[in-house]
Amino acid sequence: MTNDTKNGRGSRARGMGVAALRGLALALVTLPGAVLCFVLSLVSIALIPIGVGLVTTPWVLTGVRAFADWRRALAAEWGGVRIPSAYRPLPRGANPWTRTFGMLGDPATWRDLRWLPVDMTAGFVTALLPAVLLYYPLQGFAIAAGLWQPFADSAAGTYWYGFVPVRDQTSALGAGALALVLLFLAHFYTARLLDAHFRLTRAVLGSNQGELAERVRVLTETRRDAVDTSAAELRRIERDLHDGAQARLVAVGMDLGTIEALLDKDPAKARELIGQARKSSVEALSELRELVRGIHPPVLAERGLGDAVRALALRLPVVTEVNVDLPGRAEAPVESAAYFAVSEVLTNAVKHSGADRIWVDLHHTDGHLRATVSDNGKGGAVIEAGSGLAGVERRLGTFDGVLAVSSPAGGPTMVTMEIPCALS
Amino acid sequence: MRVVLAEDLFLLRDGLVRLLQAHDFEIAAAVESGPELAAALAELEPDVAVVDVRLPPTHTDEGLQCALQARRRRPGLPVLVLSQHVEQLYARELLADGSGGVGYLLKDRVFDAEQFVDAVRRVAAGGTAMDPQVIQQLLARQAGDGRPLARLTPREREVLELMAQGRSNAAIAGKLVVTERAIAKHTANIFAKLGLEVSDDDNRRVLAVLAYLDHGR
Repeated sequence: MTNDTKNGRGSRARGMGVAALRGLALALVTLPGAVLCFVLSLVSIALIPIGVGLVTTPWVLTGVRAFADWRRALAAEWGGVRIPSAYRPLPRGANPWTRTFGMLGDPATWRDLRWLPVDMTAGFVTALLPAVLLYYPLQGFAIAAGLWQPFADSAAGTYWYGFVPVRDQTSALGAGALALVLLFLAHFYTARLLDAHFRLTRAVLGSNQGELAERVRVLTETRRDAVDTSAAELRRIERDLHDGAQARLVAVGMDLGTIEALLDKDPAKARELIGQARKSSVEALSELRELVRGIHPPVLAERGLGDAVRALALRLPVVTEVNVDLPGRAEAPVESAAYFAVSEVLTNAVKHSGADRIWVDLHHTDGHLRATVSDNGKGGAVIEAGSGLAGVERRLGTFDGVLAVSSPAGGPTMVTMEIPCALS
Repeated sequence: MRVVLAEDLFLLRDGLVRLLQAHDFEIAAAVESGPELAAALAELEPDVAVVDVRLPPTHTDEGLQCALQARRRRPGLPVLVLSQHVEQLYARELLADGSGGVGYLLKDRVFDAEQFVDAVRRVAAGGTAMDPQVIQQLLARQAGDGRPLARLTPREREVLELMAQGRSNAAIAGKLVVTERAIAKHTANIFAKLGLEVSDDDNRRVLAVLAYLDHGR
């Protein structure tokens, strides 16, 4: 009990010291940094009409962004205050004109420029105060301890420690008492003041649209992926139908026409053609079946994800244990995405892992459908461009799903997929 | 022989009715949905039911579920399930009660009328008729393990496949164009190599083979 309290106090004192140090460091950088950035930006923007600004502005604004981003990072690391950075991406290799006006057209740029004056005033003060609150009492104690003499003797008149005029040992002790009060306050307020600094930074620099913008960017990207994938898929289906089942059915029709003509003339030949037509129709059917399995597996439609994965496991050449804990069914597109993701990962495991046992686990917790595929193979699986796993990641991305791979060399491999969804 | 038929596509239902009637089956009822099937199976007590897996109103595996339920109420009720696709998963569920009289075939098999009608008769008689595709999946998986199945000769594997589909020695002999004695010798070898007990009962024989393929790794 006593120990706990002691530790609590110890860490509080340490936290106070750390906060003061950080505040001091911040204050020392904030003022020159913000002033420099602000002045350079103003000058550079002012120089745009004569052309010089066109060249310098992108550089300067990039510097400002770096400065702001660095402060965002500090806010997250020191204060736990997350300030999303939401600059619009600039086209690669754009000319100075588009770069300059692209950056000036970005509301985030103006947010930066508005933040700089605030940062060099209020920001500076809130950063410096924690340090002052901790270090000023030290001076008070020193004065009370006897250091008041050189101060009081100075020719400049009365030395003031706070509101206490220091003339003799008594008033010096008064300064010491004030220092004690200040230290007491510091005990409570240093950390909060630094926190206030970061909150102030977020209030000015942060944009409530930041996360939205990020979300929109991600959605745009995944939508493009989804559109690309489904377009490719449609082309594949069209080609498969055209070259496969469709052609075979045409052949059946032609055979039937020929049979009609031959029926009286050459029954033997007609019989032979009937056999051929039947064979073609069987082949057309099995091709259609394969195609359907590739688009939407029948078991998935009939039974849902759990049994579809079980049925899949039964077809694998490697012993596969499937564990399903799903109290309901997800929406069809989610089920389908999860099924094909698991299917692809299983195929990978069978082809590359060299495993002789695979485990699949499907369950739903906290609004997430989680599928885990592990094997006892040799490991070394990575998500790299063009690999099956990258494809899976893209497919899952459309549903805000994520993929994580743990596969040290020597194994085992564990692939986890997670899709946010509700079950019905 | 009285048949209850469940198939939601009119064309197929019509074709099946004509096909079965042409082979002297009596169609007790030809229905198009799960609830109708359940009612027909309970009331009409047919000799065999031919059922599509996917039926309205749910368009999921309603047909299969109806069949399984009817078999729970009336154990051994012969049921032949037809499907656009075949899955081991469903085959296992049908075989699970071990009482025989079940079949699970691709709809394509209807193309070979003789074979299809033979399957219906076999199931009605309490035997089994598993689709070659299911058996091939099982065998492929087993061959991957490389153990006892690898010791079978190609001919023995062929015999095993037909046996697992539910055919009697006589039928296998006819199909492979050899004498029944030769098949008996093959089956004895297969049983010995797989460590299965020899049985005269066709249905038990099939179940033994399937059980081995399923678990005997």
